[in-house]
Amino acid sequence: MNWKMTVETTTETISRWGVVIFPGSNCDKDALDAVGRICGQEARPIWHRECSLDGLDAVILPGGFSYGDYLRAGAIARFAPVMEEIVAFAGRGGLVIGICNGFQTLTEVGLLPGALMRNVGLRFICSEVYIRVERTDTPFTRRFRPGQVMKIPIAHNEGNFFLPSGPLRELEDNGQVVFRYCDQNGEVTPESNPNGSLNNIAGIVNRGGNVLGMMPHPERRCDPLLGRPDGVDLFRSMIDHLAGR
Amino acid sequence: MKVRVAVRLKPAILDPQGKAVHRSLQQLGYSEVESVRIGKLIELEVSASDPEQVRMRIEELSRKLLTNPLMETFDIELEDDGRDHD
Repeated sequence: MNWKMTVETTTETISRWGVVIFPGSNCDKDALDAVGRICGQEARPIWHRECSLDGLDAVILPGGFSYGDYLRAGAIARFAPVMEEIVAFAGRGGLVIGICNGFQTLTEVGLLPGALMRNVGLRFICSEVYIRVERTDTPFTRRFRPGQVMKIPIAHNEGNFFLPSGPLRELEDNGQVVFRYCDQNGEVTPESNPNGSLNNIAGIVNRGGNVLGMMPHPERRCDPLLGRPDGVDLFRSMIDHLAGR
Repeated sequence: MKVRVAVRLKPAILDPQGKAVHRSLQQLGYSEVESVRIGKLIELEVSASDPEQVRMRIEELSRKLLTNPLMETFDIELEDDGRDHD
């Protein structure tokens, strides 16, 4: 983030976004559309073999089935050439968001703690869920109200967040849990947990707060044509942050 | 040399797949089966002859790629240890 501040001098500059495409990514177009057309930013695809993120302000790892999800979801994508750059970019404070398969890849590469295991119900779940915003002081959530409930789609087979009890307590104590599955009133209940995730965890940030991973798909809730655009405030939060607003 | 890497979920990790198979076995009348855990078996063909060296390299690649140490453990089995047996 310091890195960003030195580059930006005006607050009205359009931010530059990259959306990583691995073989098997399938939400890259939605992400480009959300940030580019809907939010009016500059967004370009980044091929997984690219070795430079020069000039980018934020990076999205989109959903999909990178490398067929073979071995484990995200296990092979994690070694794509572009990932080394993303780790360095995150280390400089750059904003990185991993959605669904992108979240799985961020845990595999070690930018985020934990692992996404097979859903407890053993079924691929494609449905709408509610999540509660637990933190509004991150670059990703500053436009939300504390405790705000979002209606948002999920579509995954491995979304069951796991972390051993010690590190899980640490994650909670550090306030790194950003989104939790809940019912429509914002109550975090076992029934509202779609996949067995520990503590109903749907999204987390790293210690530095500049890397977010989440299983739900905010990019699919940005165009009003597709229903309540609950997801757009996530990207607009990041844009505000990048503009120094 | 043929190498087998058996990947298992750590004991503390829930295995819904194993549970489902266990339930099914019970319904089929195999009541003596007390639990089922499902893992993966990965077979590699390796061109090397020094078993110590092979074991070291396979351990390394198992930790790096084949398994997620957070939730899985692994065992390595070398089919041919490369030595002559009289």
